[in-house]
Amino acid sequence: MAEEPIVAGQPIVTRTRWHLPLVWIVPIICALIALSLLVRHVINAGPEIQVFFQTAEGLEVDKTQVKFKDVPIGIVTGIRESDDLSHIIVSIDLHRSAKIFARSDTRFWVVRPRVGLGGISGIGTLISGAYIEADPGKGGERASTFTGLEEPPEVTSASHGTQFSLHSDNLGSLDLGSPVYYRRLKVGQVVSYALDSNGQGVTIGIFIDSPNDRYVARSTRFWNASGIDVSLGADGLKLSTQSLASVAAGGIAFYDPPWAQNERAPAPAGMRFELLKNESTAMEKPKGEPLYISMKFEKDLRGLSVNAPVEFVGVEIGKVLTISIDYDPKTQHFPIIVGAVIYPQLLGRVFQDEMTSEPQERGRRITAMMTDMVGRGLRAQARNGNLLTGQLYIAIDFLPRAAKVAFDASTQPIQIPTAPGALDNVQQEISDIVAKLDKIPFDSIGQHLDQDLAELKGSLDQLNKTILPDASRTLADARKTIQAATDTLSGESPLRQDVQHTLDELRRSARSLRVLTEYLSRHPESLIRGKPKDLPPELAAPADAAPPASSPPR
Amino acid sequence: MSAGARAAEVGFICCRVCALVCDAGGDMAQCPRCDAEIRSRKPNSLSRTWAFLIAGLIAYIPANVLPVMHTHSLGDAHGGTDNTIMSGLIEFWHQGSWGIASLIFVASIVIPSTKIVALIALLVNAQRALPSRSAQFVRLYRMLELVGYWSMLDVLVVGLVTAVVKFRGLSDAEPRIGILYFGMVVILTMLATLSFDPRLLWDRRPGKG
Repeated sequence: MAEEPIVAGQPIVTRTRWHLPLVWIVPIICALIALSLLVRHVINAGPEIQVFFQTAEGLEVDKTQVKFKDVPIGIVTGIRESDDLSHIIVSIDLHRSAKIFARSDTRFWVVRPRVGLGGISGIGTLISGAYIEADPGKGGERASTFTGLEEPPEVTSASHGTQFSLHSDNLGSLDLGSPVYYRRLKVGQVVSYALDSNGQGVTIGIFIDSPNDRYVARSTRFWNASGIDVSLGADGLKLSTQSLASVAAGGIAFYDPPWAQNERAPAPAGMRFELLKNESTAMEKPKGEPLYISMKFEKDLRGLSVNAPVEFVGVEIGKVLTISIDYDPKTQHFPIIVGAVIYPQLLGRVFQDEMTSEPQERGRRITAMMTDMVGRGLRAQARNGNLLTGQLYIAIDFLPRAAKVAFDASTQPIQIPTAPGALDNVQQEISDIVAKLDKIPFDSIGQHLDQDLAELKGSLDQLNKTILPDASRTLADARKTIQAATDTLSGESPLRQDVQHTLDELRRSARSLRVLTEYLSRHPESLIRGKPKDLPPELAAPADAAPPASSPPR
Repeated sequence: MSAGARAAEVGFICCRVCALVCDAGGDMAQCPRCDAEIRSRKPNSLSRTWAFLIAGLIAYIPANVLPVMHTHSLGDAHGGTDNTIMSGLIEFWHQGSWGIASLIFVASIVIPSTKIVALIALLVNAQRALPSRSAQFVRLYRMLELVGYWSMLDVLVVGLVTAVVKFRGLSDAEPRIGILYFGMVVILTMLATLSFDPRLLWDRRPGKG
């Protein structure tokens, strides 16, 4: 190929540049950004905590949030079961700003929809799913493990008020959240309850919202206002309720007893009160020192129950504590021993003074007083408090006619002699009557009566068959006879005519006789001399009538 | 590969734009015909590629760790969810959208990591002259350019979803910072690919491949 030599283009040389550092800026910037992200993550990372729950229902890893007053403060990063499978462990990453929640007294609970007697809560979580709510405590150690609450707490740190504790024999129908009423106004609620460590009672924590907590004084009485209080005692049927809600959900009420109104002193937080059974118990005055007595009854005490009242001249001064049976080998009898407590202070000022004196002195005085009173006829009686229910109560009263008994006031408890009750006598009489009635041979009487009745029936049959036809015949004859008599006596009968006629004749004769008599009285001589000539005309006509004295009427 | 003289060996440079063969000159030269910069090799190709690649690698970490998208729909538990690439993918898979899950897997995970691995392999090969055939690496390089077109798929998906899914209250999607890092990864790996001069692959080899 005879061509021109290939001439390469001459490049135009300019200047050289240094490229390296510029390019490496890019990865450096990238690294810086990544580093800053990392640093920010580390700085922003809040504490990691673990919360124990019984169930992970509704919780999801990386989705379930931890909230405080609906503000997210963290997120669930892991859920796993515990080693012994007794609970689940929820790992939570708290935000840095939520550091305060990593304290030992913070409470965590899962907000789920709940339906209870107190209302419905957590409806929003039906749609949005469950979340964990946190309630910070008042401070406390840093902590990373928590035991979550299964139920939302009734009182959060945001609520102001005072907590008190109540002690009771049993929980009744109370539950967490049961209302606490003051003058029928809801002022608080039950926030906790637990059995005492010895199992002998229940301690109930209540929370009274501010500002109503100031109404709780040292003298305040709390009582259980749960449900319907129906009691059937010697004083009849009682029924009391607080409010409809407390009927369903239970509740507690408190009030200052009227006798303590003017000695009010605010109760310190956490003060322990006794939870009384009902309002009437709560409003009772303090009874003072108890005095234990026992009584021996010879009769059966059906209808007497523990807590039955003990009354003194009609005023309740105590209650029955025990009813037990004793055996008396001498009489081979089983008397009933009733133990009771009485409060002598309720007997009045005299006893109040007695009871407040020194114990030894007091014992001596009481002994003396009891001896004196028993001498004057102080006796215990089991009386019928309610005829309808047959409930008995113990009455202590002066019975002047009671038989004298030996009284030993030194026994403990003091043994008060007993007397049969008034009703016992009536009962005895009634039972006597019943016994007598029982002796009447109703059976044989009945039998005989039955036989007699049978005989009577035979006689009557005979009567019907034989006598009645004769009788009816006789009656018919009688009727005929009567008819004949009637006919005979009727106006048109000849007999009647004759009688009429005869009577007329007789009347005329009588008149003549009267005239004659008058004449004779005027002229008695005519009996001897005969009739004068100047005989008055009126005597002429009946003159032919024979001397009336000798002519009897027909 | 047929053996032939290298341009540099005979003192020529080929202009990359108009393919004019020029004399090999100094460091900085311009094509007399088209004014393009002509160089025997891209300057600092390896270190630039490394730089971009390392930057891409660094950005790849937050791109995967940080959420790329926040979705919220009515009745959605916990007030919406932040999804990282991997969690979104797993969610799609669990919902039964295996096609979409696979697509995202390929676009977001396979392609970027393939690119990074391939670039590392190319760089190492170019520097160390590993005893393997350059032709395969050239093919690898071509593939790299090819898949590069698709590496922005994820960013596009997020952009599209964010723009389309805007039903206030009912359903919402918002981009999150992770997608920015993912975009950076894509750009940086593209820059790395661009910076890489495939001619270096056979520079250190003897003439016979």
